[in-house]
Amino acid sequence: MKKILIVDDEPNIVMSLEYTFKKNNFEVFIARDGQEALDIMNEQLPDVIILDVMMPMVDGYATLEQIKNDARLQNCKVIFLSAKNKEKDIEKGLSLGANLYVTKPFSIKKLVEQVQELIQ
Amino acid sequence: MSSIGLILILVLYVSILFYIAHWAEKRSNSKWTTNPYIYSFSLAVYCTAWTYYGSIGVAAHSGLSYLTIYLGPIIIIPTWIIILKRIIRISRVNKISSIADFISLRYGNSRFLGAVVTLLCVFGILPYIALQLKSISDTFNIVTNTQSSSNIFSDTTTYVCIALALFASYYGTKYVDASENRRGIVTAVAIESILKLIFFIIIGVYVTYFVFDGFSDISTKAALLDHYDKKNSIGGLTEGINWFFLCVLSMFAIFLLPRQFHTAIVENNKETHIRTAIWLFPLYLFLFNIFVYPIAWGGNILFEGKGLNADTYSLLIPQFFNNNVLTVLVFLGGFSAAISMIIVSSISLSTMLSNNLLIPYGFVGSLENSSQKKNNKRIITSRKIAIFSLIILAYFIYRYFILEYSLFSIGLVSFVVIAQLAPAFFGALFWKRGSKKGAVTGIILGFIICFYTLLLPYAIGISSSSSTFLQEGLWGIELLKPFQLFGLDYLEPIQHAFFWSMLVNTMSYLAVSVSFSGNYRERNYAEMFVDIDKYITNHENAFVWKGIAYISDIQKVLRRFLGEERTTRALNIFNLKYNIDKDITTADARFIKFAENLLTGHIGTASAKILISSVIKEDEISLPEVLRILEESKENIIINKKLTDTSNELKKLSDQLKHVNQELIEKDLQKDEFLDTVSHELRTPITAIRAATEILHDDHDEIPDELRKQFLKSIISESDRLNRLIDKILDLEKFKTGKHKIYLSKNDISKTINSTIDSVRQLIKNKKISVVFNEPPQEIKAFYDEERIIQVIHNLLSNAIKFCAPTDGKINIAVIEKDNHLEVHIQNNGKGIKAEEFEPIFDKFYQSKNQNVKKPIGSGLGLSICRQIIEHHKGTIWVESTEGEGATFIFTLPYYNTTENQ
Repeated sequence: MKKILIVDDEPNIVMSLEYTFKKNNFEVFIARDGQEALDIMNEQLPDVIILDVMMPMVDGYATLEQIKNDARLQNCKVIFLSAKNKEKDIEKGLSLGANLYVTKPFSIKKLVEQVQELIQ
Repeated sequence: MSSIGLILILVLYVSILFYIAHWAEKRSNSKWTTNPYIYSFSLAVYCTAWTYYGSIGVAAHSGLSYLTIYLGPIIIIPTWIIILKRIIRISRVNKISSIADFISLRYGNSRFLGAVVTLLCVFGILPYIALQLKSISDTFNIVTNTQSSSNIFSDTTTYVCIALALFASYYGTKYVDASENRRGIVTAVAIESILKLIFFIIIGVYVTYFVFDGFSDISTKAALLDHYDKKNSIGGLTEGINWFFLCVLSMFAIFLLPRQFHTAIVENNKETHIRTAIWLFPLYLFLFNIFVYPIAWGGNILFEGKGLNADTYSLLIPQFFNNNVLTVLVFLGGFSAAISMIIVSSISLSTMLSNNLLIPYGFVGSLENSSQKKNNKRIITSRKIAIFSLIILAYFIYRYFILEYSLFSIGLVSFVVIAQLAPAFFGALFWKRGSKKGAVTGIILGFIICFYTLLLPYAIGISSSSSTFLQEGLWGIELLKPFQLFGLDYLEPIQHAFFWSMLVNTMSYLAVSVSFSGNYRERNYAEMFVDIDKYITNHENAFVWKGIAYISDIQKVLRRFLGEERTTRALNIFNLKYNIDKDITTADARFIKFAENLLTGHIGTASAKILISSVIKEDEISLPEVLRILEESKENIIINKKLTDTSNELKKLSDQLKHVNQELIEKDLQKDEFLDTVSHELRTPITAIRAATEILHDDHDEIPDELRKQFLKSIISESDRLNRLIDKILDLEKFKTGKHKIYLSKNDISKTINSTIDSVRQLIKNKKISVVFNEPPQEIKAFYDEERIIQVIHNLLSNAIKFCAPTDGKINIAVIEKDNHLEVHIQNNGKGIKAEEFEPIFDKFYQSKNQNVKKPIGSGLGLSICRQIIEHHKGTIWVESTEGEGATFIFTLPYYNTTENQ
């Protein structure tokens, strides 16, 4: 079973994501900000991380940097989730090393498909 | 005291002065040498040995008339604040280095007039220098109890003289540019001035309080002597008139004496120093006179009938009581007074001699073709020789002519000669019509009268009663008697000569000036002198000149005196000042004046003109044309000023535009940012709604009921959130754009607060928070829009509830009355806010980093709206907090609860 970590500070969005990924046979972990995410990552070494960009405390970009610095997480796929949908925001996210940049609002079905594609 | 001993003391004293001069020269820019006090004390070079000794002689012999020499300056000095400032400005912009330069430049830069003034000064001042030497010699003999020696080589004064000549020619000619300051000399002179005053006061105190028993003791004893009363009153009308003329004479002297012109004008480096001088210098003169009376009458009492020279009482008294130390101190004071005068006078005379006589009439032609080094050397050498020969010449005058006259009489003769410059000098400052012909005629005729009524009789021997010339007049004509010219018999010889010479001088100056108008150059300089304040900044503009001149030719001349580097530098400054392209080859009037100025300090005004004229071709301009050009330049100045004003105005407007534009750009950026943030904030709830709806749509069969309910609930709450957000955004925008109006009415703030608390009572209860409102005892009424203020208080209360301590939450509300406003405080006991967040939390969509991890429900716009509302009420809102100890939000409302508003 693949491990997925969902990092977002919006409880209602998290709720939907959690439900859908569980249904698709993922082991789901939840973090509400970057700091919490880093703690869980260290313990669980997830295969996929869905990362909201705008978060209190440690934001998405900073979290990604930590992931990239961790050798154990080299194969971990990172998906940015953001309401920032400008060209330059997307470029920035991808250039930092995210595997995917998904703008809010998004189709949850499509997201699951994209994640599955990534880990194959 | 032995001669050798005294000479040793003199050598020591002079060495110290040398050292001071040397020290000051090295620190020419330090505040020790360029302060107003040094300037003021250096003016006291006015008080020579004649003051130091002669006043006592006059007081002892003939009474109060010595006072006039100080009264004149004291009366006229307050006007310095205007007149001296003017002279200093004129001299500064024209690089004037002597009174001869000053007068000759004003009258069309006349070489002849400069020479006349120089000769007159040399004639007047040489005997005066000789007088100083005499005083040194006389007093030296008294202190050492020796007789004046007829052998030049055994006369100490000879050696003093040579030493002085060396000192003055070394320090006085350090700079080729004579208009430069000589800090060394000035500082040494100022120090000497202080010393001579101190020594004089010491002897005064000694005589008054140690030899005698105070002023009254002296006057009681002196009153018994012959003629005491007569000598100590002004006397009748005749004496009054005599007094008056002496006062006027000394008023002129303080302006015209070359050494005064030198210290007060050439050596002035700041106009503001005048302000100190106008009180300090009169005070100095006053202090110098306090003890003249007691020393003079003390001497009269002690030495009655012994026939001693009263001039030297200040030495004789301490010597009489065998007080050697005091005798030497007094001697050194007098010595200081004498040498200061000799040095400063010889420097200023030598500058005049070289710049106004020797160079323009002698070797100006040969200077034109020599190198800079050679030229400077020749100029300096000529000045050195001039100083040296002046002092030596004075020495011979002292040796062979004036041995028998009193200090006072010779000094006054000098004053009368120098006073001949007065009409031309003051005319230069105030009268544009004054012409060169008038000035020359006045000075020469005045001098002739002076010569006839004063110099000639003195040369013949004032005391020789056998002279028929004195007794019966020239060729026996009664009316031509030198001391009673045209029967004027009630004036003393000095006043008599002064009166007639001044009368003839002034009249001829006025008459000739009015009858024959001067040439265009005179008129031009008249304008520049009289209206100096107008031309103080760009004075070159006022110079009128027409013709053909090339910058390169003039440059060549400049290099011969200034050298390559300084010439280039000066040219750059000029181009910069007048914004002139450096590729221009022809010189204009401004450049010619500028070039003349550069040379003036080196070789004087006249030679500067001669040299520059030799390389340019000037067209003759008629007088009316000069007047027209001057008028135009005046208009130009006005137009220029208007243009400058307009351009300043335009610059201000364009600055304002730039500023507004910058603000617009910033506003635009803010707007973009706002839209960005708004769309981001709107997308968040939409995302939640979309995700939940998608799940419900796709999986509607498999979802357990409980979960379905949760998804539906989230859809509702996120929709509400969306709606709230839209409301608030619109709200805020309406405040910003002024679409929301504030409806002010008189309200009771306590009532408003209480009703707001009621609206959140349920929430408070749920969270178990205690809210305390310290209601003020009296009604506090203010004008505000109650609905809006409820919105503010509600928002602040909601925040307070949200951020209260999780357990035992406490909120305090208070109303505080201030002078002209009331303050509402809403305080919670939560975690508090960091200082760096005090301001940003009022920004739109700002979410505190310090919030709980769980995002609190809020739009991020509440405080921003609160601020808008409060600012529309002309109040302010802010937060105070210590981290960990809760936060207090405070807003003010202008206070209208005054009687007139009720």
